[in-house]
Amino acid sequence: MAGTDTTAKAPGAGSLPQDVTAMPGTARLRVRWLPRSSTVVMTLYLLFLLVPIYWLVNMSLKTNTEILNTFSLWPRDLTFANYATILTDPSWYMGYVNSIIYVTLNTVISVAVALPAAYAFNRYQFMGDKHLFFWLLTNRMAPPAVFALPFFQLYSSVGLFDTHIAVALAHTLFNVPLAVWILEGFMRGVPKEIDETAYIDGYSFGRFFVRIFMPLIASGIGVAAFFCFMFSWVELLLSRTLTSVDAKPIAATMTRTVSASGLDWGVLAAAGVLTIVPGALVIYFVRNYIAKGFALGRV
Amino acid sequence: MEKTVNQKAWLLVLPVLVLVAFSAIVPLMTVVNYAVQDSFGQNQFFWAGLMWFEDILTSERMHNALGRQVMFTGIILAIQVPLGIFVALNMPKKGFWATFCLVAMSLPLLIPWNVVGTIWQIFGRVDIGLLGYTLDALGIDYNYTQDALDAWVTLIVMDVWHWTSLVALLAYAGLKSIPDAYYQAAKIDQASRWKVFRYIELPKMRGVLTIAILLRFMDSFKIYTEPFVVTGGGPGNATTFLSIDLVKMALGQFDLGPAAAFSIVYFLVILAISWVFYTVMTNLDKEEGA
Repeated sequence: MAGTDTTAKAPGAGSLPQDVTAMPGTARLRVRWLPRSSTVVMTLYLLFLLVPIYWLVNMSLKTNTEILNTFSLWPRDLTFANYATILTDPSWYMGYVNSIIYVTLNTVISVAVALPAAYAFNRYQFMGDKHLFFWLLTNRMAPPAVFALPFFQLYSSVGLFDTHIAVALAHTLFNVPLAVWILEGFMRGVPKEIDETAYIDGYSFGRFFVRIFMPLIASGIGVAAFFCFMFSWVELLLSRTLTSVDAKPIAATMTRTVSASGLDWGVLAAAGVLTIVPGALVIYFVRNYIAKGFALGRV
Repeated sequence: MEKTVNQKAWLLVLPVLVLVAFSAIVPLMTVVNYAVQDSFGQNQFFWAGLMWFEDILTSERMHNALGRQVMFTGIILAIQVPLGIFVALNMPKKGFWATFCLVAMSLPLLIPWNVVGTIWQIFGRVDIGLLGYTLDALGIDYNYTQDALDAWVTLIVMDVWHWTSLVALLAYAGLKSIPDAYYQAAKIDQASRWKVFRYIELPKMRGVLTIAILLRFMDSFKIYTEPFVVTGGGPGNATTFLSIDLVKMALGQFDLGPAAAFSIVYFLVILAISWVFYTVMTNLDKEEGA
């Protein structure tokens, strides 16, 4: 299958000039084709990406008086009071705790159920497999706006409204299909002979799956978990609809503060910056697999 | 890879099936239920047939929202796909800077969507935002809360900022999988830069680009939070996309019947277009496997 041989080539192809004979040729080639303009393009693009974020950070370190009265590219009157407000007030920092709880729950549930399913789709042919796969995918396509009200009624009627598990379950709607898709893509890179050899050696399915197969796709599991984390972390519409106090996510806490006081720009900016931090931390660990994950394991 | 026929594989899929059935089929049936009934309150419902669908399909409100949505998705795809490819072609291939670019580019993707909205809401303000302030200082009349065109431009720039990196990262992954020998052959043939792109790089990126377009289509077609935070659908209805209109109808006015019919039509439109992409994608998979 396609996935297998392209994946095998990818690491070698990435490091272009390692082949000594090819080196002078490639070097000249690249200098002529991609002159320093590439640096200019990348610098401009990264500036475009980072300046709005910088502006948020800049604002979070200013006092409200400074934000509204003077216009400056960096804080003249450096203050950490905005961060202190958030980190000492439970109604603020509990938002982060809630978000982290349901995101973690969601990631664990999604990956745990997606693993066996992805294996089934990848290794076996069974009745209705293709339709089932597309049906799963349709849930990734479903607009959350369509589900907001029914979810609210469903989880209210089973008594799960305003709990972490309700948000975690609601987010499986789009995360499970995604996890299945990514894991299936990564499993294409594991030759089937490994399964067969293990069964001949007397491994049971469960033991083979946990002891041999899962370590082989460890990077795939990491990437799937990362994407579940990410999409659960950034989603707001459903998590806001399904919670009121006890499980309210940080992102929703922010919107309420804006509409209530409307003026505390510094705290708003600080809260925004703090929502970026977890993403920035985890992204470092999966940096080499991000693209492969977005390609659903199919590069 | 040949797949073995094994009906027991259903057991492995079962957990997913139960979970997704709970969180997809049950709510979807609720929607269908509302779509064919009318209510006078107090939970008394009666059969309304296809009345709501007829209403929705002929309503100008739905047509306008759909029109705006198609325009928005069209514009951002037309910008993000070429720009993403262009950025990918210019990315450093290895070393510290390659890692730096990867991490910096992924950053916008991991920001909660309402924070993305907040960032641009602030950034575009004439009084406290760098963008608005600069434009104002340059003498450009810019106000995204009052001028429809300015609101559109702000939302499009925001979406380009938010998602172009996704296309770029995918294209980059596609480019990295091209063996060096291809480039050497092209050099021997003295192929021009354009021809290398057209006949080597672009075909090799076809698979990942299909995925990129599929993802960008799906996500931009259901965009809600970011424009809601920045413009709230305004000025007037200028930036009321499908999801914003739907939430207004369902949770704001509590018009359950029309909102449910709206939901179903909306979902079917996305489904139909995504099906086309998906078919193209699986066919590409097969082609490459052959």
